[in-house]
Amino acid sequence: MNLKQTLPITSEYDIITARQAAREIARQIGFNTVDQVRIATAVSELTRNVVLYAGLGKVDIEVVTRGERQGIEITVSDQGPGIADIELALSDGYSTSNGLGAGLSGARRLMDTFFIESRVGQGTIVKVGKWKN
Amino acid sequence: MSSGVPILKVDDYWVVAVEETLHDQSVIQFKEELLHNITGVAGKGLVIDISALEVVDSFVTRVLIEISKLAGLLGLPFVLTGIKPAVAITLTEMGLDLQGMATALNLQKGLEKLKNLARMEQR
Repeated sequence: MNLKQTLPITSEYDIITARQAAREIARQIGFNTVDQVRIATAVSELTRNVVLYAGLGKVDIEVVTRGERQGIEITVSDQGPGIADIELALSDGYSTSNGLGAGLSGARRLMDTFFIESRVGQGTIVKVGKWKN
Repeated sequence: MSSGVPILKVDDYWVVAVEETLHDQSVIQFKEELLHNITGVAGKGLVIDISALEVVDSFVTRVLIEISKLAGLLGLPFVLTGIKPAVAITLTEMGLDLQGMATALNLQKGLEKLKNLARMEQR
């Protein structure tokens, strides 16, 4: 069982590959169905952002443990244009791509932990995590 | 290129069962094909079943909302069916709103809903 995976994001096809990989790892370490879907959906949103705004990037999926607890951590990174105003990008309904503006904020709500770092002109890293109950 | 999603006509109703995970271009292609069909040939209603979809993200939601709005403008009653419980929970938590879209448990119930609606309108 491979509990760590790095996948490139180069096209919209990779959105599906990435979310299926994340879901499969989540399933293997015993996340319930709803959590598997939450995790897969968050990965879908974050990797689509890469395709939409940066074009290229990667996703790291990793199983993490803290004491007795097991969880999954997903890091989506790109070297795209970056986000000038993260607060604004995280607000509901804000979109620069004619979308619903639910990608980043939605991913944050679906996961337990959320970390974002972005530099204009350098890229964006989003790290999200979920712990098993 | 075709989206590969079969768009069927059953008893004057448009019936679509999205069978597999579609990548973004296929979703857009499907929307175009569907609009071409429903604007070209008259129908009494439209049912889209998404019970095969394990993940419904904001992109797919947006396209469904667009289809719903366009069906509304065309006067074509629309029902979305087969939303999995985990998908429903996820959409709600993300704050995504299906914007008053009619829904039903499965294809069968969706068709019944449309037929009831047609019967009521005849009265």
